[in-house]
Parts: sequence; C-alpha cells; structure tokens
Amino acid sequence: MNVHVAPRHAASSESGPAVVVSNLVRSYGSRVVIEKLNLRIERGEFVALLGESGCGKTTLLRALAGLDSIQGGRIAAPRRPAVVFQEHRLLPWDNLWRNVALGMQASDARERAAEALTEVGLGDRLDDWPRNLSGGQAQRVALARALVQQPELLLLDEPFAALDALTRIRMHELVRELVANHQPGVLLVTHDVDEAITLADRILVMRNGAIAFEHRAARDGSTSISRAELLVELGVISHSPN
Amino acid sequence: MSNIELSQIDRTVIGADGGLPSQSSDKSRASADRLGARGLLLLSWLAPVLLVIVWEALAQAGSLSPQVLPAPSKVIRTAYKLVTTGTLLNDLGVSLLRAAAGFALGSAVGGALGILVGFSRIAEAVIDRSVQMIRAIPFLASLPLVIVWLGVGEAEKIFLVALGVTFPIYINTVLGIRQVDPKLLELGRVQGLSSLQLIRRIILPGALPSILTGVRYALATAWLALVVAETIGAQSGIGFLAMDAREFLRTDVIILTIVIYALIGIAADSIARLLERRLLAWHPNYGAAR
Repeated sequence: MNVHVAPRHAASSESGPAVVVSNLVRSYGSRVVIEKLNLRIERGEFVALLGESGCGKTTLLRALAGLDSIQGGRIAAPRRPAVVFQEHRLLPWDNLWRNVALGMQASDARERAAEALTEVGLGDRLDDWPRNLSGGQAQRVALARALVQQPELLLLDEPFAALDALTRIRMHELVRELVANHQPGVLLVTHDVDEAITLADRILVMRNGAIAFEHRAARDGSTSISRAELLVELGVISHSPN
Repeated sequence: MSNIELSQIDRTVIGADGGLPSQSSDKSRASADRLGARGLLLLSWLAPVLLVIVWEALAQAGSLSPQVLPAPSKVIRTAYKLVTTGTLLNDLGVSLLRAAAGFALGSAVGGALGILVGFSRIAEAVIDRSVQMIRAIPFLASLPLVIVWLGVGEAEKIFLVALGVTFPIYINTVLGIRQVDPKLLELGRVQGLSSLQLIRRIILPGALPSILTGVRYALATAWLALVVAETIGAQSGIGFLAMDAREFLRTDVIILTIVIYALIGIAADSIARLLERRLLAWHPNYGAAR
C-alpha cells in the first residue's frame, strides 16, 4: 500500500482531519488521470464527489483506499479507511456476522459484529447466509462491515447505484444516521446529483482529473445549491434556467 | 486444457442427481403430478426390479446356463457363504485400503501442485506444461511401465490409483483458485487481511466448490484404477477374487465382485456428495435449503 499511514495519536481520534491529500498524481502509463490534486476531509464531514464517467473520481477513491499505487504526492490518513463498493462484496461462504467481522482481530468480534448488524436493522440475521438477502439488505451489511472498525475515513463508491429508488431513499436515511453516530469523514463518489445534495456537507465536481467546482452547504443546510447549478457544473446542461 | 476439464465437470454434474435433467411438457407434468413424488419414485424402480425378477425366473426355469448367468438368488447365497466361510471381507478390506492409500497420495500431490500453480505464475510456468503432458497419457496406458518399475504388488496398485487421482485434483484446484472473484480479494485487502488470512478466508473457500468437483471425479478414477490394477495381477482383493473365480468358471462370484465394485462406487459418490452438502452449505447449487 502506498497510503502513508501516520502513527495514530490518542488525541487524533477526537480532532483533526480524516484525510489530507496533497499534490496527488495518478497515471496509467503516460496517461495522467489525476493531476496534483489537493483534498482535505474533516472527521464528521460528508463530502460528495460528482463527475462524469472517466473524470477520475473512482481513481481518486481507489488511491485513498490504498488499492492503487500513486505516482506522486501524499495521502495522509490516521488509519486505514473503510470502503463500501457498488457491489456488496459479501463473502458468500460466511454468514453475516463473520462477514461483518472480516479482518477484526478482537476476541469479542461476534458481539461487535452483532452490534453493527443491529445498527443497520439486521440484528436478527447474524447466522444467515448472504444469498438470502435482498440487494438493499446486502448493502446494509456492507455498511455494517465498514463501520464496525470505527474508521476515521469512510469511502463510498456509488454504493446505492444498483438499488431501486425506494430502497435508495431508505439507505440515504440510514447512512445519514450512521455517519452522525460514528462521525467518520465520508467521501461519497456518485453520479446522482440529488443524492449529493441530500447527503453532503460539501459537494465537489471533478473534471479532467482535478476538482473543478466546490460547494459548501450552510451549517443549517438552509441555502443549498440547486440541482440545475450542479448540472451546469457537470456539463450536462449549458445554462441554469434562471 | 479447458475442453477436457469441462467435459469432466459436465459429466459429474449430470451424474449428480443420478438421473436425467428433468424436462417435461405440460401434459406429461400433469400426469406426473397425479402420481406424486412417491409414485414417481416407485415407478423408477419398476424396470430394474422387473429385470431381476425375469432374470431369476429364467434361471430357475433352466433357460440360462448357470455358467453364463447364475440366478440372483444364487449370487446372494454365494455372497453369504463367502462372507461367513471365505475371505470376502478380508479382500474387501484390502481393496479399500489400496484405494484409500492411493487416493491420499494422489490428492496430496495433486493438491500441493495445484495450490502452488494456482498461486504462482512462476510455478505455473515451471510445472504446468509437464503436468499437462503427462496428463495427456491415458493413465491406464502406463500400467506396463509401472509393473516394470514396481513389479506386481501393493506399490504398483497404489501408484496407479495415485496417478489417476492426481490430475483431476490438480486441475480443479488450479481452476478453483484462479476463479476466485478478484473483487473479493480487493475487499480482503481493504479490510486489512494478511496474505495468510486472505488465503484462509477468501481464496480457499472460493476454490472449494471446484476442488470438491475434483475430489468427486478423482474418487471415480481411483476406483477404476484399482479395478484394472487388481485384475492384472493380485493375490488378494476384490479383483483377485474375480480373476480367481474366472479360472474355475464361478460366474456367480464374478457377478458378485462386479456388484461390490458398483456398490462401493455408489458409496464413494455419496460420501463426496455429503461433503459437498456440508462444506458448501452456503452455495445455492449444493447447500440444503435455507
């Protein structure tokens, strides 16, 4: 892994950023996908990253997750981030609590997994197999698996894209609740403008490997950005209607 | 490599329920519904039972020479006599021991090579071509050579069984490891698994369905190898019993040995299927219902 993991100080869990990215460069051969990108996400802050396909947003997320090597710059995170992917990626041969506890060394792994599953509303399904779950339920288990390790940075790679509209709305509520309880920094990569507006404290639009637009919602969420403005930034429509 | 593998897998899969894939028109399904599951089961036994009855009747009537085909009742009596006064159980034990030893040896070698090649492209480059070349030989064709090397004895029989077992285990282990979903491996890394944990929690469970298919096929090959090895030259074992009976034209004993081979083949397959149901309970194609 090329993510620089700084030693974790006792105080750092209370304050300080969840991740600081400076001058990040990511390229495939001679093709540069991310050019000198800077990004800072605070703990408890919900950042949504929008952008058309191929703009480099998933590449950025994968670099933050430590899945891809980086060619320049620095990623400083106090701890390994947790990731929820578009697919649930549950191990079909492990029951739900074992899936949630995957990678946990603690002796009370089962209890902690049970707590996390209860938190996502599946506390009565500890010993069930993943194949008996609906798409939304499976994604909730994936959320529980990500949060059980108390991450300081939570990376969400279009986790709701494959769900039906109603399930997606329920998942939005759940994620909002979970993030409020656990206070990780969140980076949500999404195609869905409405999802970004609903969930995020800060919305970033990425274009050609750089952050081209940034909008910070007011503390009380009152003056939110309009959908049309974001669509203009995304290059979907050319002018805002008013 | 893949063509032969696939046909092997197909064969085992079709053999899995011991029957044809159920495919019926609406009309025939309607009449089948009237019979019910139990009725259908009874119906499926009709032909074999009838066959045995006709066979028995013809033999009793003297239409079948006992040297060509002795009556089923005679075969059963022979079995009883051989168990109580003869060496049938001893021979059976010897045969099973040979099969078990050969299977253990062959699956250890096949499994170890398979794991090595499955994980390492370098090991694949070094090992795989040679294994594939040896595999191209029908393993029974090597019997004369094996006899020259090891003589006619226990070692030769165990070696032949091991040879037959090694390749299905090897191929299916490699295949299983290579087919593990890379997205799950990625997840394992994200969750911070060590290499050893990655193997234990993700790669081996993911490869297990394929490995068990190999085990099942290997059981069939082991049995085949044993029959051939025991028929060529043996002083004990089921095959020896059959060849000995041939000298004295004891057709009843020969038929008995054939039936025993068949029964043990069925038993081996049942064990393999039990393993699959136990170990693959999570798998929609194998496990018991939720």
